[in-house]
Amino acid sequence: MKVSLSWLKEYAAIESTPREMVAKLTMAGLEVESVEEQFEYLDRVVTARVEEVVKHPGADHLKCCRVNVGDAVLKIVCGAPNVREGMVVPCAMVGAVLPGDFKIKKGKLRGEVSEGMLCSASELRLNSDGTGIMELDSSLEPGIPLVEALSLSDVVFEIDLTPNRPDCLSVIGVAREAAAFQTPPVRLNVPEAIIPVDGGKKQSDISIDSLARVDILDPELCPRYCAALLTNVTVGPSPYWLQRRLESVGLTSINNIVDVTNYVMVETGQPLHAFDFDRLAQGRIEVRAAGRDTDFITLDGKEHSLEPDMLMICDGDAPVALAGVMGGENSEILPTTTRVLLESAYFNPVSIRKTSKRTGIATDASHRFERGVDPFATKDVLDRAVALMEAVSGGVSARGTIDVNPRKAPRVNIDLNVERLNQRLGTDLGDEQIRRLLESVEFRVDQQEQGFMSVEVPTFRVDVTRPEDLSEEVARLWGYDNIKTSLPVVSSAEITLSPRLAFRDNIRDSMVGFGFSEAINYSFTAAESVDRLKLGQDDARRSVERLLNPISEDLAVMRSTLLPGLFENMRRNNAQQVDRLSLFEVGNTFISKGHGIQPLEAEWLAAVLTGPRNISSWHAKSVSVDFFDIKGVVEGLLSHLGISGVFFARATLDDHPYLKAGNGARIEASGRPLGVVGEIDEAVLKNFGLRQAAFVFELDLTSLLDLAPDRIVSKPLPKFPAISRDITLIVDGDILSADIVAEAATFVQKDPLVEEVFLFDVYEGAPLARGKRSISLRVVYRSWSKTLKEKKIKGLHDSISKHLVATFKADLP
Amino acid sequence: MGRTLEEIESSALEAIEGALDLAEVEVISTRYLGRKGELTTFLRNISKLDDQERPLAGKAANQLKVKLEASIRQAADLFSHGDNSPAAIDVTLPGRPQVRGSIHPVTRITREISDVFLRLGFDIVEGPEVETDYYNFEALNIPKYHPARDMQDTFYVSDSILLRTHTSPNQPRVMEKTEPPVRMIAPGKVYRCDSDLTHTPMFHQVEGLMVDKNISFGDLKGVLTALIHQIFDGETSLRFRPSFFPFTEPSAEVDIRCVMCRGKGCRICSRTGWLEVLGAGMVHPAVFENVGYDTDIYTGFAFGMGIERIAMLKYGIDDLRKFFENDMRFLRQF
Repeated sequence: MKVSLSWLKEYAAIESTPREMVAKLTMAGLEVESVEEQFEYLDRVVTARVEEVVKHPGADHLKCCRVNVGDAVLKIVCGAPNVREGMVVPCAMVGAVLPGDFKIKKGKLRGEVSEGMLCSASELRLNSDGTGIMELDSSLEPGIPLVEALSLSDVVFEIDLTPNRPDCLSVIGVAREAAAFQTPPVRLNVPEAIIPVDGGKKQSDISIDSLARVDILDPELCPRYCAALLTNVTVGPSPYWLQRRLESVGLTSINNIVDVTNYVMVETGQPLHAFDFDRLAQGRIEVRAAGRDTDFITLDGKEHSLEPDMLMICDGDAPVALAGVMGGENSEILPTTTRVLLESAYFNPVSIRKTSKRTGIATDASHRFERGVDPFATKDVLDRAVALMEAVSGGVSARGTIDVNPRKAPRVNIDLNVERLNQRLGTDLGDEQIRRLLESVEFRVDQQEQGFMSVEVPTFRVDVTRPEDLSEEVARLWGYDNIKTSLPVVSSAEITLSPRLAFRDNIRDSMVGFGFSEAINYSFTAAESVDRLKLGQDDARRSVERLLNPISEDLAVMRSTLLPGLFENMRRNNAQQVDRLSLFEVGNTFISKGHGIQPLEAEWLAAVLTGPRNISSWHAKSVSVDFFDIKGVVEGLLSHLGISGVFFARATLDDHPYLKAGNGARIEASGRPLGVVGEIDEAVLKNFGLRQAAFVFELDLTSLLDLAPDRIVSKPLPKFPAISRDITLIVDGDILSADIVAEAATFVQKDPLVEEVFLFDVYEGAPLARGKRSISLRVVYRSWSKTLKEKKIKGLHDSISKHLVATFKADLP
Repeated sequence: MGRTLEEIESSALEAIEGALDLAEVEVISTRYLGRKGELTTFLRNISKLDDQERPLAGKAANQLKVKLEASIRQAADLFSHGDNSPAAIDVTLPGRPQVRGSIHPVTRITREISDVFLRLGFDIVEGPEVETDYYNFEALNIPKYHPARDMQDTFYVSDSILLRTHTSPNQPRVMEKTEPPVRMIAPGKVYRCDSDLTHTPMFHQVEGLMVDKNISFGDLKGVLTALIHQIFDGETSLRFRPSFFPFTEPSAEVDIRCVMCRGKGCRICSRTGWLEVLGAGMVHPAVFENVGYDTDIYTGFAFGMGIERIAMLKYGIDDLRKFFENDMRFLRQF
């Protein structure tokens, strides 16, 4: 909503400076977004005295002038008939930018130098006179900025109104607020509003009822419809002041009839519409739902398909306007129009909003109707518009107005309990203070007894319906800053935080400890991401939740895995010459469960590792990371979380087609799948625009949380030394090391002296036969009651060794 | 007997003085203080002296032993740490680099805010990111076709399912399950169909809700003031401006004194000296009615705060998009 200070001042004696207005309006809940100096464009226009006028040697209608602009005398070529020596005029200096983006430059006109421009009033947008140079008071000194010389000053405030304040979608509404915060508050003076018209009402003898008729067929959607009729109008340009007013608030002047409807709408907040009465069949207005009418052409020439429940204004035959949204081409005001039917109505806000949304038309009118106009002002505003229209169009109004009002709006009265209001706000306001605040914006307060009042809400304040709403009125008028800050007094309570919160943070911190940086990606990705990952047709992750209105195709579906985001991060970093990446993300994935229901949201941890293992330094050559780097992170993390029974099994291509064949593992613990770890398939890398090997893991956070022990149980430390003995087996290369370790580890359960078995070396190559490799295990023996002797374990060690040799058909070295 | 103590002292000190490296110091040490060293031998022979000489000689010899030990240690130290020792390393060479991970700034700020509210006795809850129209709008007093729906551009997945536009759905979700008093915050991702220099289609918010008997707007001011003071500093002043949210009444937008220019006016605060960081208000009675709370007994306040905004101010981050580009050079600053 744009409103100029000069327009506001017509309704209230506002003394505030523009600066104060910005602060006060903002603190009253009308946030001022910007302030525009109205005459800023006159920045480089100064008073000038014409010293000499001679004929232009090359053009009959031009004159060459010497003009005194205070500190210089300029040569200026001028074409105005009234220019003469000795007159004081406005001069636009080189560098000035006049309305219409007209830049004043130094140049030559028909061979004669011209260093500025002498201006007419219309060129300076001061009035409509463009017939000659604007003549100023001859006593003015040359070189004074024109703005100063003419005491021109006006500012336009752009107010970012919240949807609850349709009353302030009007100059009068904003003036009412401004009047309330003047010190002392001043009265709003709507009746005395300056109506720049001459003459009174020129009503004709003919009654409107004999010419026009209004029927409301759907009173729920149109509770009130008023109409007036003007005859003998002459459609033409509006007077200059009206054009300027509209321009100052960002509206374009169309013609005198349309301009009046817009002017009064901006002034009062009530949208109006003007029909060419002679184009209304049977002189009738019917307000009804579209029903069988299926399409309609609005006055901007666009065709719209109607839905049966859209509220339409119709004439005797067909729709002539989308009610409250936009008029129709078939009834708009034409240059030839002589009779105008003027509409002022109250429409159901929801109905208007629906029509606006469905047709995609949002207008100044629909904006106001859907927020709610004053249902009691319908006719008064119409009268105001008629008077103005008569004045600017020469029209004569038919006697009387039509006012069809099948649903009377109720007046709202609220019982206010002062103690409760103070309790809600944390204030200690007295009855009298509250009354004064409310009355300053036209609430009527009827004091019942001490601490209780009945408050009548002004009809334009459609947002106020309950005592809590009054508390806001009081608070904002009293000033939020005047409400004392307190801290709530509350009882202690036992609060049990969700274990997931601490668990997730533990994982994050642990990943940071492993050298990973936390990433956060958008939850949306491209629909093609699942193809780029080569997911199988049956893969659940293909059941993505699709957005109906995505920002772009790259962000069209909710992610079903965290990997695409991390790949994009890798691509971007690589492009920035950052080769070494260790990123992790904790976030939700989304799997659709069908239309119209919420998807399955699952929290995952995923990480990507790529590039050199070490930050390059003088100590060691840089080596690329490999599978065992990322696997080590997984093992370290699971160990940190206390998850035992972890098992890595070779991932199949079917399960995880984005992992390089033979280089990926499923991760399980206690038989429950946790996720995968592995190297990314080369084709998948390519699909995501990646050029270097990448290693990833994905872990299902909920499973981790379920499996992680909720407490740590400390174990006793051994008192006696251990003995370690190694076993090296030469086995077929396709036997998995984990199987051998697992088999050996069965002895940990079988014999209390076996404390631990682990793999410590693997070797392939000469002198071993091709296809063979050696696996070296270390068995740790320990007794909890004494120091073990060599011979005590010899037999046991041999039997483990023999068992493994037999089980895996192994050779000993 | 061999040389006198004085002779031993002067020759030993001279030798130590003249030593050129650690090995030589060790030879000297052995020569005088070793098991068969000259001073050791002298000490061993003291018992052979007569009763009168013995105490004096013993004391002097022991004093010399202490003195020589100290001189030898000093010399040894000199060589082992000295610049010209062959064992010296270039300590100015960089150490073996360790890869340092980092926590995302959004997580850092979320943790900070959470910590403040945990100290105030608030619970932390979370809700779904893909929400129903009911919890995101209807339950919060934003019916279909209410102009307030224009305040947030919504991503829809169907007529009734959408990406939550704010963390506020957690208010009715929590209140439906809990009887007052309620004290909770709800951090999380939110989505708006908006993407330009200052908007990303996803960002983070933290919701706050407190419901009890006698909770006032003054309390809201107090709690938010405490929050801002804890996150920034105790000098940061707040400004509460009337505003509108359908689910609070009265509603406020909260500005803080620009943390960059301290209110003088700069580019960050568009020369106003103030930065908008929060939306807040007293819970609207319609919201209480939707969850079955008695509006005669209970009042409450709610607020929502953008986390990226706070992170930008706190860390001087100039571009919102940096949060989601995940450039390692950015992330590792945290």
